[in-house]
Amino acid sequence: MRTATEARAEPRASEIPPFQIFLDEHRTVVYRFLIAAVGSNEADDCFQETFLAALRAYPKLANGDNLRAWVLAIATRKAIDAARARSRRPEPVADIVEMLDATATMRAEECDPAGPEIEDPLWADIQALPPRQRVALVHRVLLDRPYTELAAAMGTSMDAARANVYQALKKLREAWKSRG
Amino acid sequence: MDETSVTKTQDMPTGRKFVHVESIEARARRAGKLVAERAAREGLLDVAYGFAESPFGPLLVATTRRGLVRVAYPDLRPDEVLERLAREISPRVLESPQATEEIRRELEEYFDRKRRTFAVPVDLSRVQGFGAKILRQTARIPFGSVATYRDVATRAGSPGAVRAAGNALGANPVPIVVPCHRVVRTGGGLGGYTGGLERKVALLELEGATLPHHGGGSLTPRRR
Repeated sequence: MRTATEARAEPRASEIPPFQIFLDEHRTVVYRFLIAAVGSNEADDCFQETFLAALRAYPKLANGDNLRAWVLAIATRKAIDAARARSRRPEPVADIVEMLDATATMRAEECDPAGPEIEDPLWADIQALPPRQRVALVHRVLLDRPYTELAAAMGTSMDAARANVYQALKKLREAWKSRG
Repeated sequence: MDETSVTKTQDMPTGRKFVHVESIEARARRAGKLVAERAAREGLLDVAYGFAESPFGPLLVATTRRGLVRVAYPDLRPDEVLERLAREISPRVLESPQATEEIRRELEEYFDRKRRTFAVPVDLSRVQGFGAKILRQTARIPFGSVATYRDVATRAGSPGAVRAAGNALGANPVPIVVPCHRVVRTGGGLGGYTGGLERKVALLELEGATLPHHGGGSLTPRRR
């Protein structure tokens, strides 16, 4: 028979923190990601959508591990949805959140379409990338996330995530060269 | 950190005026504050909390849909109080000045001596059995008067359960609003207090209470 002390010494899954603490801890990384992924105008709407979706699913989380990766996966989905809504080519997106063990249903509400408001040509090139390539690029280059996390956030394989970043960088290089 | 948002206003002092550039942190903080409002509108806010001003420092107040569920003195770390609420009620805990406005105002009026009774509903659903009876009886003790532990035990239906009454009062989740500071020892001793004896004295003095069998004398705690 095990003693209480031994039982306590076992590694335990961390508790789900109060939502406000979770929000305070991750709001900046989510906001930074969204600014880069959907632009300044749409970042606020996507931010609300992201955290409300997280709040809906929150009590069903099994534990408080990897919350940063979890919320960035939701933000990724919202960013891709918003970009697709803008480009008027709606396509089904894999339910990343469900994949990460949160089973709540979420509405993929559209974020207001808005044009890029930044005149830097490189930024315009980034905005012109297909949504998945742009989001992959932001995760990898701006947030410096490893391909394992990137693949999880995008609901895809590591190879596919790598290919997305590669294609994005290739397109940016070509656009840059053609401009002279 | 001084990272700035990626907008075209980023670079330049234009002409005489500096263009205001809000940092990503500030924009994220502002966006974060809106989450609680939308959560409340969509019925996703299970526990709302805020801070009320008091002579003892900021009091953490938390409400559920049923009513006030927690008043915590500042010597408890807010994170710990919130973690416990998340564990025991729901992890959907968000700071909301709007949802806690009524209780914050009532507490501030109480400390300004402009209020003698609290009107906000209290959620005692987490308190079990005898403890809940004790707290309900305690809520009936009027402003400015006191009762003994034996009194409240008797009113709760168990005259002998004086120690259990003391334990229930010590675990009062909503001090001040359920006025456990108005419960004292038979014979004039102050007994204990969840927020520390000095605060019990301060609250009784604020209410102008005098202790029974105490000759109407000073409320200074007895030395041991």
